[in-house]
Amino acid sequence: MMNIIVCVKQVPDTAATIKLDPTGKSISQENITYVLNPFDEYAIEEALQTKEKFGGEVTLVTMGPDRAEEALRTGLAMGADKGIHITDPQLAGTDFFGTARVLAAAIKTVPHDIIFCGKVAVDDNAGQVGPQIAELLGIPQVTAATKVEIAEGGASAKVNREIEGATEVLQTSLPAVITAEKDLNQPRYPSLPGIMKAKQKPVQKMTLADLGLNPAEFGSGASKFEITSMAMPSKREGGRIIQGDLPVAVRELVKLLHEEAKVI
Amino acid sequence: MAGEVLVLCEQADGKLKVISNEILTKGREISTALGAGLSAVIAGSGIEPLGQELSNWAGKVFVLDSLQLASYTTDGYTKALANLITAQQPKLVLCGASSQGRDLIPRVAAKLKGALASNCSDLRVENGGLVATRPVYGEKTYAQVALKGEGLQFVSIRPKAVVPIEPEAPAGGQVFKIDPNVAPEDLRTSVVETIKGAGGMIELTEADIIVSGGRGTKGDEGFKCVEDLARELNAAVGASRSVVDAGWKAHSFQVGQTGKVVSPQLYVAAGISGAIQHLAGMRTSRVIVAINKDPEAPIFKLADYGIVADLFQACPLLTEEIRKLKAQQ
Repeated sequence: MMNIIVCVKQVPDTAATIKLDPTGKSISQENITYVLNPFDEYAIEEALQTKEKFGGEVTLVTMGPDRAEEALRTGLAMGADKGIHITDPQLAGTDFFGTARVLAAAIKTVPHDIIFCGKVAVDDNAGQVGPQIAELLGIPQVTAATKVEIAEGGASAKVNREIEGATEVLQTSLPAVITAEKDLNQPRYPSLPGIMKAKQKPVQKMTLADLGLNPAEFGSGASKFEITSMAMPSKREGGRIIQGDLPVAVRELVKLLHEEAKVI
Repeated sequence: MAGEVLVLCEQADGKLKVISNEILTKGREISTALGAGLSAVIAGSGIEPLGQELSNWAGKVFVLDSLQLASYTTDGYTKALANLITAQQPKLVLCGASSQGRDLIPRVAAKLKGALASNCSDLRVENGGLVATRPVYGEKTYAQVALKGEGLQFVSIRPKAVVPIEPEAPAGGQVFKIDPNVAPEDLRTSVVETIKGAGGMIELTEADIIVSGGRGTKGDEGFKCVEDLARELNAAVGASRSVVDAGWKAHSFQVGQTGKVVSPQLYVAAGISGAIQHLAGMRTSRVIVAINKDPEAPIFKLADYGIVADLFQACPLLTEEIRKLKAQQ
């Protein structure tokens, strides 16, 4: 029996077109569809497979505004058992370490034998929260995992992790935080009965006070960062098509790459 | 060295990794702008010669040398680095957002309760404070982030974001060899094995040239002409998400929002239409070449040079022309 935790985040759909709001300091919420962070799907799938093998319970934990509950419901529809949703007006603008502190505090309220996270959230692109939760809980971590084999008894695991040009095979004691890389597994789609059942599954709402945390240490006022502006990527001057018969065009291309662009 | 800029360097098999030169170059620029000293730290086992090499760059070099640091482990490196930072009290710790940096720095920052701006594409000094550029929302926008407060700050900069420039004159730094006091029982995680990628493969995030194939390759078999071209260019091989999702290539090849973000000198996209998720991963490449049958493919809007053709015809011709060019040189 394992108590399995998955930290999840709701993010804008990766296919969404991003526009800035009038302040120029954040993105416009108009026409944005929110989804479960893609890397968190791999984390949930690994948690469900772990439960199928060892028995136990899968608890999802998220921090975010009211709408973030949708991300929990997606995970519950995939098969997770329950959710914890930390939501508090004071949390708006909390920085990465603050987020890790909140999630770690919530995880401490429940038994935890293994914690899965996505390797990064595709919106903020920080990749900090997983390792920081591990530090705050005082347990080991393996980031960007592509394979997890938990030993009988659940006291240790063999984990593959992708590094530059190689795969590392690591042995780690448990409990640990493991962050999921895309190759880890093939996440299941929520089934229709799964979606129906998810609506009935328990989601516990918690505030900073419930976690015994001081609200003054969280939110944009306590953040160690300030976004001063946001900029769209500069437009590339593309669109030059090399015309002519293919062999001629290819020869021209090589000439341009060599003489004009000087990249070969 | 209170208030200095400390650069965390990386080595493999006793050789300084390219990312180290990139981060040292940025560290020199930032320390000059802040009027602060520059120091460097390197960890490993039997790496003393690197201290000398790094003394060309930095005024102080800390060599954390221990058998327990022979392989990178989160626990060993966290303990060694956190102890050094506590003793030396730098203002800013800079590192590369490599697989090691992404694993280590968030943990060290949490341990020391410092602020971390991770995966930055740039860092500069404005009005005496640090401002980082962070690509967010899958490179669709860039946040300018001011680091607030007086506390310890960490910044990780992704590979290829800085062009390394060797020092004009050696800094003549002092080298301190430090035993980091890491014991075997400190390591709760150990490296069992390192499996190298397929023969001589070049890592995507470190490559100067990348040749990527998309759905147009029609399968693993069709990828051969993309790989032949890559070999001739001494390039890394990349793939679009549809190729990876179809199982033709492993995820380690994927360029894009849920794959790798790359920034090579030359990016050749063969049979890739240019979905927004893919463009997010390669739009900062210096020169982009697109080969696609469909003249309406979005990739052409971004590409510096485009050829409208079947990749199965164009790639072998391109490989041949490059072979001829190399023969002339």
